[in-house]
Amino acid sequence: MWNYTDKVMDYFLHPRNVGEIADADGVGEVGNIVCGDAMKLYVKMSPDGRTIADVKFQTFGCASAIASASALTEMLKGKTLEEARRLTNQDIADYLGELPEEKMHCSVMGSEAFDAALKDLKAKHPEWEVPVPEEVEEGAERIVCHCFSVTEGEIRKVIRENHLTTVEQVTHFTKAGGGCGGCRDDIQAILDDMNGQQARAEETTAPAPSNLTNLQRIALIQSVMDTVIRPGLKADGGDVELIDIDGNDVKVRLKGKCAGCGAALQTLKHWVEAKLREKVSGGINVIEVK
Amino acid sequence: MTAQDIVYVDNNATTRVAPEVFEAMVPFLTTEYANPSSPHPFAAAPASAVVSARESVAALLGASADEIVFTSCGSESDNTAIRSALETQRGRNKVVTTVVEHPAVLTLCRFLEKHGVRVEYLPVDSRGRISLSQAREVIDEDTAIVSVMYANNEIGNLYPVNELAEIAHERGALFHTDAVQAVGKVPIDLSKTQIDFLSLSGHKLHAPKGIGALYVRRFTPYSTFLLGGHQERGRRAGTEAVANIAGLGKACELALSHIGEEQTRVRAMRDRLERGLVASCPDPLVNGDPEHRLPNTLNICFRYIEGESILLRMYQAAHICASSGSACTSGSLEPSHVLRAIGLDYRSLHGSVRFSFSRYNQESDVDAILETLPGIVRELRALSPFGRD
Ligand code: FES
Repeated sequence: MWNYTDKVMDYFLHPRNVGEIADADGVGEVGNIVCGDAMKLYVKMSPDGRTIADVKFQTFGCASAIASASALTEMLKGKTLEEARRLTNQDIADYLGELPEEKMHCSVMGSEAFDAALKDLKAKHPEWEVPVPEEVEEGAERIVCHCFSVTEGEIRKVIRENHLTTVEQVTHFTKAGGGCGGCRDDIQAILDDMNGQQARAEETTAPAPSNLTNLQRIALIQSVMDTVIRPGLKADGGDVELIDIDGNDVKVRLKGKCAGCGAALQTLKHWVEAKLREKVSGGINVIEVK
Repeated sequence: MTAQDIVYVDNNATTRVAPEVFEAMVPFLTTEYANPSSPHPFAAAPASAVVSARESVAALLGASADEIVFTSCGSESDNTAIRSALETQRGRNKVVTTVVEHPAVLTLCRFLEKHGVRVEYLPVDSRGRISLSQAREVIDEDTAIVSVMYANNEIGNLYPVNELAEIAHERGALFHTDAVQAVGKVPIDLSKTQIDFLSLSGHKLHAPKGIGALYVRRFTPYSTFLLGGHQERGRRAGTEAVANIAGLGKACELALSHIGEEQTRVRAMRDRLERGLVASCPDPLVNGDPEHRLPNTLNICFRYIEGESILLRMYQAAHICASSGSACTSGSLEPSHVLRAIGLDYRSLHGSVRFSFSRYNQESDVDAILETLPGIVRELRALSPFGRD
């Protein structure tokens, strides 16, 4: 059941500032159609480049995605770039009264779109003083969640700005972890790192058996493939075929069924590799043959 | 807003309780409260209500009363049938099913896999069809049971369950069908098939929620899932939910007398809606198998826009209640497994809407949708960064 405030409904049913700006000074584009939501933000500056003169948006997504984008445009108008830069996703949610927690990623998409527009502004107008978002986060470009193309930098940013403590919250705010789930351990590690905890004790995962003979290794790889990996993939309409094992290199042919997403096959490969490393040996590399 | 204002076209999710069904239940929620298993004469009315309900359910299916086991819901029936087969078909350790089953079957299969059962999932083509020759290949001497739905809840496809039951029997396997979406919508005559188990659910055919049934073919080996008392001749423990059972019996009686209407009047409403939307919306895409489809179901995609937005706007505009396979309405971040299984391209995947009719719908409901939806699609497309020429 929908649980939206009147303000969310108002901005969804009567979105403000829809459309394109042909001569925009900066355009920010985030999300994509594969993942189910996307947004394009057009920013036009005053002639002196100091204040935001006009903002327009286009959004593909659910009601809260549309409402968040529209609210953002209202919040940005008339602000200086410095003021605008300080807006967070929480400000967007507050402006709308409230967003259901599992929809917070919609507000995050809004603030990411503005960050992207700032970068574009800076590139197009080096003569202006554009405060680009500082990339203080480590691993800003490293993709953690392949299902929804979410980077470590994005995850760190929402954790810091919204004081998140659980993987589930990170999923609500970024979608990361909400697909195959293969990146959840990675998200947990980022949370542990940022929240100053010791990385979870190694003992919790069963240690992979060591000192296997070559034949034992091959047998083990085969059995992990048949009992763990293939059933997991087949349940989602995918599959994997074991082609060859050469030392640490395991060659497989992958079949995905995930919405034709380019990232999906990558994700699959990572997941297969992670499982084999966990169950057989840390040195294993999965190589995809077409 | 009252229930009268609602344009309810979400009958594959659940249906309204028929007034006659409600009437049939009232005595067992008020004065006739005895336990049907009690020896005193006060138990006569509830006991005979259970007997006649069993006959009504059997009549709708072309079965005998002793082949009907009352359960709490369709999911319980599915679980019972599949687990029973694995229990009785000792030495056989495989389940064959499809990628488009209801979660009641798919989640159980994934659980069984963790416990060492092999499961083969038959794939579907872009119209959601399975291939019988592929089924022939994977159903083998190790297969304990084949479980294929009679009709799909999302796209409405009807599957060749009679043929599949024969193939299963040729290999010595049992056959189960989840017919939750089919019962009451298409004529079923089990006496002419080899189907061993069939699951149905009351609330999909105008009985209340919380009642289901499992058809177990006479002489099909059976192992009780819910253990306890001797109710249902030892096939399902638990004191009979007399009111619900009486309601289900009445609902099946009504369904039998209206089954023709499903093929005519209900189908005509669905078809008019389909034609109207295809003619008035940009790039519509009708999902499923047009040749073998439930008469009440229309699943249609609108490109470049998102399902939750469409539903919410339809509700705001005219209190239209439908459903969508989009991630935002499924409580997960992934869109429907059925739409993914048919390989829908991602421009369309997120913008699906399912309309499902019942005999309580009127032509005015179709009018309301045709008046509002094309405008909503145009407005949302104007908001979308995609799909511009
Ligand atoms: S959910 Fe993150 S990689 Fe799949």
